[in-house]
Amino acid sequence: MKSKKRLTNTACHALLAVLSIIWVLPIFYVILTSLRAESGSYKSYIFPKEYTFDNFINLFAGNSVIDFPRWFTNTLVISLCSMVLAAFFTLSVAYVMSRIRFKMRKPFMNVALVLGMFPGFMSMIAVYYILKGMGFLETGTLKQVALVLVYSGGAGLGFYIAKGFFDLIPKSMDEAAYIDGATKWDCFWKVTVPLSKPVITHTLLTAFMGPWVDFIFAKVILGNDIEHYTIAIGLWTMLEKEYVEYYYTQFYAGCILISIPIAILFLLTQKCYVESMSGAVKG
Amino acid sequence: MATHGAAAAKRTYSLSHLSTKDALQGGNWITKLSFLISGFGNLVYGQIAKGLAFLALELAYVYYMIIFGVSSIGDFITLGTQEQAEVYNETLGIFEYVAGDNSMLCLLYGVVTIFITLGLLLLLAASGRSAFGLQLRKEAGSPLPTLRQDLASLKQDNLHKMMLFLPVMGILIFTIIPLVYMILIAFTSYDSTHQPPGKLFDWVGLANFSAMFAQGGKLANTFWPVLGWTLTWAVCATLSCFILGVILALLINREGTKLKGMWRFFFILSIALPQFVTLLSMRTIFNTNGPVNIILRNLGLLGPTEAVPFFTDPTIAKITIICINIWIGVPFTMLSTTGILQNIPKELYEAARLDGAGPFTVFRKITLPYIVFVMTPALITSFAGNVNNFNVIFLLSGGGPATMDYYYAGKTDLLVTWLYNLTITQKDYNLGAVIGIMTFIVLAIVSLITYRRTSAYKDEGAFQ
Repeated sequence: MKSKKRLTNTACHALLAVLSIIWVLPIFYVILTSLRAESGSYKSYIFPKEYTFDNFINLFAGNSVIDFPRWFTNTLVISLCSMVLAAFFTLSVAYVMSRIRFKMRKPFMNVALVLGMFPGFMSMIAVYYILKGMGFLETGTLKQVALVLVYSGGAGLGFYIAKGFFDLIPKSMDEAAYIDGATKWDCFWKVTVPLSKPVITHTLLTAFMGPWVDFIFAKVILGNDIEHYTIAIGLWTMLEKEYVEYYYTQFYAGCILISIPIAILFLLTQKCYVESMSGAVKG
Repeated sequence: MATHGAAAAKRTYSLSHLSTKDALQGGNWITKLSFLISGFGNLVYGQIAKGLAFLALELAYVYYMIIFGVSSIGDFITLGTQEQAEVYNETLGIFEYVAGDNSMLCLLYGVVTIFITLGLLLLLAASGRSAFGLQLRKEAGSPLPTLRQDLASLKQDNLHKMMLFLPVMGILIFTIIPLVYMILIAFTSYDSTHQPPGKLFDWVGLANFSAMFAQGGKLANTFWPVLGWTLTWAVCATLSCFILGVILALLINREGTKLKGMWRFFFILSIALPQFVTLLSMRTIFNTNGPVNIILRNLGLLGPTEAVPFFTDPTIAKITIICINIWIGVPFTMLSTTGILQNIPKELYEAARLDGAGPFTVFRKITLPYIVFVMTPALITSFAGNVNNFNVIFLLSGGGPATMDYYYAGKTDLLVTWLYNLTITQKDYNLGAVIGIMTFIVLAIVSLITYRRTSAYKDEGAFQ
């Protein structure tokens, strides 16, 4: 019996090891490519002949077209702004749907569900012309404001996870607050929000990540305005035909650089992600 | 009729839940006039500030309609009549372009005007209800709310109005209006040969839909296989990630496993990389001359010029894409399942152990039902997300391998990437819109049926 148990344990660990290798190898490849000294895209070997940090250094060398630091700050500003707006939208809607009963509640939830089923960028072309009509596409800075609006505008529809979390906070806590004379707003701000750290972190993080990885909306709205690019379309530009041979390794270096802060953020808040998905409330 | 009116007058109304219908039936002439002149009731009963605000909004609407709105409704119906033309300029001796109507803007402004008009109707209804509330208070002899009280109610009884206003405006401008606009495009001739501003397009009714489903037509011959692959992909991608993710989470969380944190870290690492980075690297890795083929060649499994057609053979490309998607998706399921596993009440396991249940029975009777119960909404969302999974296909295979049998679609194109090809590359906006609507119909049928059956929807208050 004991040896059988040991056998299963060994087998499980072996399986996990194999799987981990499969999951880590591609990341390892990205790191190797970013350290490769030879330029050019495809090589007929895996390990670089020479290693160098030049790819990372060159990103900050100040190039007329490929302006990595500028893109980085652009993205940081855009994502911070849209994070605040989007999280506010999502949490407000989630709280209202979870706690307040009013006539349009069920219709609203059904509409939200229906809207989520249309392909996202089906509306992209119309969004583009609406922004143009409102005069948002005149200058680069306005375009960035437009991007913030686009990223946060529809955020109110993504309330389901936060609502599920709020649903699990016992109603008795609200009632206790009402007895103490709190208004519903006080109750949201002073009871629900402090209890919902995991889901708030999760909402903030999701909203923050959006601009770092979206390149479709950013491309449509920013067009050829290369100095106002966000990091994602900036990196994407490096892979375009006229740049790819020269910038291929730098592209990977850039990927590593933006992955590091995102990875750190993610690992730090991983617990919140798990808790908000499974609805663990410590009340 | 008269008795009905008398009955309505005798009815007692709850002041916090006045409906528009009640106000229309039970209101006096001041209330009824408030349905036409917004804010009239508030002004008569002495709520000057609120009344003026109501009135100002209506006047703004009237101004908008006179300046712009009425003509935009006319243009919306015709979609423009004046085509851009070349006119010979005698004095300069050259041909000049005279700007015509832009059908696309006609359509867009028409939609916007319709929504603004709907907004006015809501405003008038609110004004009528507000006047009715004041009338009832007056009749009962109770004091009328001051502006301060009205504002304070935004934190209490009307909190939902305050908290929903901005998010709903955002959804309206950035989701609903664009969507209505694109749906309307499906009923026009806005294709590559009718591009504004040079050309006009017009309403064509259901012509695009009949073209899409014409028996034996090239569009229909593309639509059905693409739909088939989209559904296959969505089912395979959703289920494979779910099943394998759950297995992985169980493997890591089982009692005998050492170094749980380390194993979890290895898998979470791939989530931390931005998705487009992983997808683009995967594309490189599985390329004809990419690392995988090189390794296979070095191992002698392939000849020096041979390559596994990971993205160039239709069937292999589909399998490759599903496998890569597993690589991306499994850590997510693993992470959320881990949380759920830690939440399963320990008493359940204790009880099962006392009853002498083996590990397999425990899994089948407790763990699995619990996971499925919690994860069903997430599963449906991820199914919808996979049907609309643009990034994976676009960045991995780009829809390829290309084929002549399809109308501007490749063998691995989903409906959503085909929509992209048709609109962005091909400029057949009307066909793109038709596909968007079809995608929606497919998803709506699948999700609404399943979603309404989940317990999360039926008794959402079960845990409160």
